[in-house]
Amino acid sequence: MKKLRLIVQIVFTVMTNGYAYGFMSGKIYQGNLKYACVPGLNCYSCPGAVAACPIGALQALLNQRGFQVPFAALGFFFLFGSLLGRFVCGWLCPFGLVQDLLHKIPVFRKRKILPLHHILKYGKYVVLFLLVGVGSMFLFGGFAKVPAFCKYLCPSGTLFGALPLLAANGMLRTQAGGLFFWKLGILLLIIVLSVKVYRPFCQYLCPLGAIYGWFNRFSLVRIRWEKEQCISCMACEKSCPVALSVREISRSPECIRCGRCVEACPNKCLHFTGMRRQNGSPEPADR
Amino acid sequence: MRFWKNPEQIVWLWGVLLGIAFLGIGISQGQLAAIWRKATMICMECIGIG
Repeated sequence: MKKLRLIVQIVFTVMTNGYAYGFMSGKIYQGNLKYACVPGLNCYSCPGAVAACPIGALQALLNQRGFQVPFAALGFFFLFGSLLGRFVCGWLCPFGLVQDLLHKIPVFRKRKILPLHHILKYGKYVVLFLLVGVGSMFLFGGFAKVPAFCKYLCPSGTLFGALPLLAANGMLRTQAGGLFFWKLGILLLIIVLSVKVYRPFCQYLCPLGAIYGWFNRFSLVRIRWEKEQCISCMACEKSCPVALSVREISRSPECIRCGRCVEACPNKCLHFTGMRRQNGSPEPADR
Repeated sequence: MRFWKNPEQIVWLWGVLLGIAFLGIGISQGQLAAIWRKATMICMECIGIG
């Protein structure tokens, strides 16, 4: 499962950032695929990006003159969220892959969560509300509204957008100033923290994770727990990278559907499923 | 048939339908074009310049 997930993550990242010419020329893709959003946090200013970032799209719509409900962005969220929930975070997000790889570096004693996790985990909702929502609707730079999350926080934009573009485009390099170094500092902080703590950005700051987490309760792809077969060995809890208990795994907004619990269960009472029976008993096909 | 009798199991389907409906409304209001316009220009804010 671990290997499969890594392969899916890499293939999806390469597929959605496969415009190789962009990396060489320092320009971005301008084709029709950018009418659509990818499910994960993938900066549309990455030279290789072939589609739009859903959080960027939401902010672009909130940045428009006047106010209109951002139906198109909500449509993408409902579509991806209802089908996959935070499976997107675990399997399809390029910045999630980066954090996963950093966490494999064998330095520091690893931690699953930060101290005060029970408070800090709400940080992503604060970011969603203040930076993506309120910030994008009311914060002005000159006469235009600004995408506040992209401008002040998004480390994916710095890593996948700013660094390759600035490396290939001398004109842009001359314009980099204080704001760029602020964002670079945030990126470096998250990189260092990712080596120690499992996916700190996803757990505490990602507004997209906050949105998809809400869908985790009822998305098509879930992890089902067969309570009757459980022998309470706690292997799933020990293996869970975000420290969830077995009761929380199927419904918690923190679960990224990485599947480590499924792999760890000796009695096979946890498994991915499209459907979950209400009483938790196996479906006829599973017996 | 049990599948359709258990409303909890088809919430995701309502979510998908709602998503498609929202996308339809968004397209009719020209929102996908707005997304495309933003996504095809280098986002200065994203790269820390704007």
